[in-house]
Amino acid sequence: MTQDEVFEKVKTILTESLGADDDAVTPQARLVGDLNAESIDFLDIMFRLEREFGLPKIDRNELFPESIFQGDPKFVQNGLVTPGGLAELRAKMPFADIAAYEKNPQFEKIGDLFTVDLITKFVHSKLPK
Amino acid sequence: MRWIWIDRFTAFEPGRSAVATKCLSAAEDHFAEHFPGFPVMPASLIIEGLAQTGGILVGEVNQFREKVVLAKIQSAKFHREVMAGETLTYTVTVIDLRDEGAVVRGVVTCGPDAVGEVDIFFAHLDRNRAQQAFGDDNFVFTGEMQHLLGMAKLAAAKTAPQLPPAPPPPDQP
Repeated sequence: MTQDEVFEKVKTILTESLGADDDAVTPQARLVGDLNAESIDFLDIMFRLEREFGLPKIDRNELFPESIFQGDPKFVQNGLVTPGGLAELRAKMPFADIAAYEKNPQFEKIGDLFTVDLITKFVHSKLPK
Repeated sequence: MRWIWIDRFTAFEPGRSAVATKCLSAAEDHFAEHFPGFPVMPASLIIEGLAQTGGILVGEVNQFREKVVLAKIQSAKFHREVMAGETLTYTVTVIDLRDEGAVVRGVVTCGPDAVGEVDIFFAHLDRNRAQQAFGDDNFVFTGEMQHLLGMAKLAAAKTAPQLPPAPPPPDQP
């Protein structure tokens, strides 16, 4: 399955799960900021991805990691994610667009990393080649 | 106060499926308002009955240690209204079950008629956060819900309460 085909299927899942308009589900759309996802929706999306793509159990911390920084001051200082924190993000979220985020790495905007594209790439990496 | 929207379980296969029934009486308070002279069972209460059937099915898997809460109605379709005097059958099947929660499919019938299909997503309340907020008590499976659990166990064991043997008929003069 190509990445475009995965995206189309992810799009259908998100329109059903979040009640989002078809047009709103673009690769760049942020789950919370643009599609109004709430925390419970993340679980729902994981369940649906597993079912629709026939994936083995998704580890929530792999797709939607929580508390990456655990309040560690070497990762966040003065409301900004430090270079060490950005390296941690790259390691924990290999499919997130860290390059765009590091231009203005405000900690409170970290949820913006959860995009439709992140889900698409994650699922694509999990499918048998 | 907690409303119970199941009268009894008629089948219960742990971790797989459960069937419950609900007889709708015109004496129930909500029919007075919904609607005067036209007593229709509100679809939201039908969903609640399905969620109670499904919630017990999901909770039983972990012996009711998890706080199982209705997180989301994934989809709901209804085909016809149900009136006071009719009997609903709730058939719930587990679609997905994992540590974080479960998805069940509920089918509602009334006699031979399909009434609706509802997919329900249950979440297990985060153990750490729930304990901070609510302590050790499991507020989901308590009180009246315990009564329902007893009925579910009866259905699971496929046994019915045994009535005492009838006394012999009196001798005819």
